[in-house]
Amino acid sequence: MDTTHFEEIFEAKLARNEMIEPKDWMPDNYRKHLIRQISQHAHSEVVGMLPEGNWITRAPSLRAKKILLAKVQDEGGHGLYLYTAAETLGISRDELIDQLLTGVAKYSSIFNYPTLTWADIGAIGWLVDGAAIMNQVMLQRTSYGPYARAMVRICKEESFHQRQGYEIMTMMARGTPEQRAMAQDAVNRWWWPTLMMFGPPDAESPNSANAIKWKIKRESNDQLRQRFVNQTLPQGELIGLTFPDKGLTWNEEKQGYDFTAPDWAEFKNVISGNGPCNRERLAMRRRAHDEGRWVREAAQAYAAKNKRYQAVA
Amino acid sequence: MEAIKDSQGAVWEVFIQAKPGQPYRHVGNVHAFDKEMAMQNARDVYTRRGEGTAIWVVPSNYIVASSPEDIGSFFDPANDKVYRHPTFYTLPEGVQHI
Repeated sequence: MDTTHFEEIFEAKLARNEMIEPKDWMPDNYRKHLIRQISQHAHSEVVGMLPEGNWITRAPSLRAKKILLAKVQDEGGHGLYLYTAAETLGISRDELIDQLLTGVAKYSSIFNYPTLTWADIGAIGWLVDGAAIMNQVMLQRTSYGPYARAMVRICKEESFHQRQGYEIMTMMARGTPEQRAMAQDAVNRWWWPTLMMFGPPDAESPNSANAIKWKIKRESNDQLRQRFVNQTLPQGELIGLTFPDKGLTWNEEKQGYDFTAPDWAEFKNVISGNGPCNRERLAMRRRAHDEGRWVREAAQAYAAKNKRYQAVA
Repeated sequence: MEAIKDSQGAVWEVFIQAKPGQPYRHVGNVHAFDKEMAMQNARDVYTRRGEGTAIWVVPSNYIVASSPEDIGSFFDPANDKVYRHPTFYTLPEGVQHI
């Protein structure tokens, strides 16, 4: 089939900054790129529940526990918004989940690091969610309609996540010397993996060119990383926490901070499955899926039984 | 009993009315095995922060949608009838309440 005509319509829409909708014609590679990116994003939300879920039973107060429960529930909801966006591209929920459980699909490398202390919950909210928001604010203007709409809802909910994290860090930074040390240790451990969340440097990012060309992404990995550093540094200073980078200095010329690049060899290693918690996370997801099977089966059987009764009545 | 194939359930579209008197707006979809579950899932996924006071759920396969390729000819009949708009009409200077 000659698709030149359709391709012209597609390109013209992008040029006018109009969104592409599920029933519109789109190039196969655009579709594939989106399925990969949106499903990775969905899987990250779902796997992201695990490191935080680890602290629900040990939250230091009832207030903290209620907040963490609500946050983890939000992450599950974000996963669902994103799965439904991916499904509009012609892939089923069952396939998506299967890709996660069999390790075919990736999720953000950040969730393969352990949450060792309560301060890690603060660091995740402040730094990890802060980095995620940076990316997600941009994605509210992504060229694929269902993805953009999911992002609008997610961004509304995420700002509570970041604030609750920063509140935890503030309280600990102003607490006892032990609490202070715990908060600082969490920043020291989460700083580098957080910088990696934006993806490899632009020059080495295999998917970036297409993502920018198709307006899936509006800004590059390095631009977002720089903005994150610029915004986060003063927040740390305000509560007396430091960052584990001796290269951090204000650069008057670029009106931003210079900083050291994270260890990209570590990034590649974690992405390839060798981070501290990769195996544990996937094993946990598989177990939850298997142990939930009877619930799905019972719901199906119940729905089928009701249908039969209604047919008779 | 015959084996049940593992599944995430069918897709249901979710519409929410933000406040009484307002139109229902499409907000997304959920997976569910029956209407009660679709309703509960829609509440849990889309109204955790008071986004609505009423919900509709509809199985996705019951939605009939126009195709983008036909948009031109499909909506064409509306384009050449400017007299359907109040601004089409010439009224005498000074007339009020019309």
